[in-house]
Amino acid sequence: MTEEFASKSAVAIDRAKAEGRAALVGYLPAGYPTVQESIEAGIALARNGADLIEIGIPYSDPVMDGPVIQAATTEAISNGFRVANVFDVVAGITAATDAAVLVMTYWNPVMRMGVDEFARRLAEAGGAGLITPDLVPDEAHEWFEASDKYGLDRVFLVAPSSTPERLDMTVKASRGFVYAVSIMGVTGTRTSVSSSAQDVVARAHAAGAERVCVGLGVSNPDHVREIAAYADGVIVGTALVAALRDGGVDAVGQLTKNLSAGLGRAAAEA
Amino acid sequence: MVDAPTAGSEENAADAFLQGGPSLRHASGPYFGSYGGRWMPESLIAALDEVQDTFEKAKADPEFIAQLKDLNKNYSGRPSLLTEAKRFSEHAGGARIFLKREDLNHTGSHKINNVLGQALLAKRMGKTRVIAETGAGQHGVASATAAALLGLECVVYMGAEDCRRQALNVARMQLLGATVVPVTNGSQTLKDAINDALRDWVSNVDHTHYLLGTAAGAHPFPAMVRYFHEVIGEEARSQILEQTGKLPDAIAACIGGGSNAIGLFHAFLDDASVKIYGFEAGGEGVETGRHAAAISLGRPGVLHGARSYLMQDEDGQTIESHSISAGLDYPSVGPEHSYLADIGRVTYEAVTDTEAMDAFSLLCRTEGIIPAIESSHALAGAIKIGKRLTEGKDTPSDVTVIVNLSGRGDKDVETAAAWFNMLDEEGHVKGTTLSTRKPKGPTERTSEAAVDVNEDQN
Repeated sequence: MTEEFASKSAVAIDRAKAEGRAALVGYLPAGYPTVQESIEAGIALARNGADLIEIGIPYSDPVMDGPVIQAATTEAISNGFRVANVFDVVAGITAATDAAVLVMTYWNPVMRMGVDEFARRLAEAGGAGLITPDLVPDEAHEWFEASDKYGLDRVFLVAPSSTPERLDMTVKASRGFVYAVSIMGVTGTRTSVSSSAQDVVARAHAAGAERVCVGLGVSNPDHVREIAAYADGVIVGTALVAALRDGGVDAVGQLTKNLSAGLGRAAAEA
Repeated sequence: MVDAPTAGSEENAADAFLQGGPSLRHASGPYFGSYGGRWMPESLIAALDEVQDTFEKAKADPEFIAQLKDLNKNYSGRPSLLTEAKRFSEHAGGARIFLKREDLNHTGSHKINNVLGQALLAKRMGKTRVIAETGAGQHGVASATAAALLGLECVVYMGAEDCRRQALNVARMQLLGATVVPVTNGSQTLKDAINDALRDWVSNVDHTHYLLGTAAGAHPFPAMVRYFHEVIGEEARSQILEQTGKLPDAIAACIGGGSNAIGLFHAFLDDASVKIYGFEAGGEGVETGRHAAAISLGRPGVLHGARSYLMQDEDGQTIESHSISAGLDYPSVGPEHSYLADIGRVTYEAVTDTEAMDAFSLLCRTEGIIPAIESSHALAGAIKIGKRLTEGKDTPSDVTVIVNLSGRGDKDVETAAAWFNMLDEEGHVKGTTLSTRKPKGPTERTSEAAVDVNEDQN
């Protein structure tokens, strides 16, 4: 990983580490159910224990997302969400909290705005960087340039299926942290966390990743506790989106509080 | 590429590019100029590598080539005929129009060429299950067919709107033992079926091959699907030489994702004298916004793993496409077509629903061939270019044009009957409800087979 400047994501993860725990990363889509409410929900995430916040850009063809997130992002688009609104959401949350705010996006909306322009506006809004589910380092030349220019984190994904060569290449290309996909599948809650997650994290660490966070299928404090024992961060998405859908901003805050109780690696050991 | 180029610019573009340029054939990917690539989740990269590796090895394996040739000949019925459409030609300025009869292949379209190749690769990879997307149902039917033949489990994703438009093909797939999953996301058409197939693939990739049906998607699909369809152009080229003693003046095909087109075009790409035309679905007219003309009116973007021309809004959200033809109702196009468009080797134009249906009717009545509505776009295009190329010529019959008749129209009979006002208010073909006899036969019994088919869907 390249660290020419202070990565906001790395700072947030290291702060949790200094407290003897893994970091909590919470995902919510921008503009769901409205732009304003998504800002409020993001602030609730941060105030109740999320160290990093992942704001998704609703997209017409989200091939890595399961039904819950698909339904939410489709609703956001039909409620009038525009891609440029994501900068308002990022700015709104960063102004009110200390959390590092990343944007998770499929690549075409970034390409359409222009990679440099998108990066410039994200940095201006106080964003930490991008998580890119359908952009692999092999296709990311423009993003390397823009992320260096504006000091943004590049969070690429590694998967149980990644070969040692690809894992190595992806770890080197990433900045901030590496996103380890826990299972072969799309987003959505699952009853248990796949055992392959621990293996991917170990392989990423061995390849030189200083910070590895685990996502996909993580939905309750038990999952969080299990992953916090070996990973640097735990990513929760679908469960939070479902909470927002069913109980609004308060439910997001409550679930975040419950989830963060599982992070206390040192406390549990002490 | 917004408007049809003038005849003058068409003549120069191909020649200019080909002067001393490298061969355009056998482009191996992953990139075609700035198009193509792999804009895919990391989870699927290993699977794409496996497909690519298996494909490269198979191409170099005489046993695989022999197996494929045998299936093409003794199962699909290749070579497909090249039929001169003499009465149809009278409506195309008198140019001689030849039809490459992919409609005569087993399952009724060109799609079988690709699925046999990929299903053989799936077996080589030790996969036990194939999944496919389908628009018109032709690729789904072909996939179900190949899966039945080779003993593979088959699941086909099909937009719910397309299931409605192509109900007959849904039944065909089920009869062949496949499970059809109606997709109710998004626009409920081909692009959404691909999204769900990709979600399935990422979850089941250890035992599942994604049998992508068009020359689009992430590398190696565009180059691989083209390879399995190259037989179309190779046959057509030698057949036209045999029948007329010369190369054609022009060739034409319809473009959705573009697999039948790239299969025909490939053999002629280096023949500078041959003009090449791709006809996109112009829907209700490109000026209405309700069309599927990605090259004519889109701009480059990424969808389903490849960078290519794409119908998208200012935010990069995919715009819903529209076409009477389910098989062309796709907002992007294979990346090699985008490249061929940019360099001017192939001219892409839009054909409206109305023009296509006029050509559909004309071929039925002049040649006794019911074409697929997809292929009817190429027929309509052939009429235009036939007229254009024969203009001012004393002997228009010197001009020869090959049209890829990519599929037969049996599946489209219901759509055509509605279009041509052949249905009564209840949707029955007029004059077919007059019988006063009590119905007899299969309608009276509760078929166990039918019950099984329904259960398979769950």
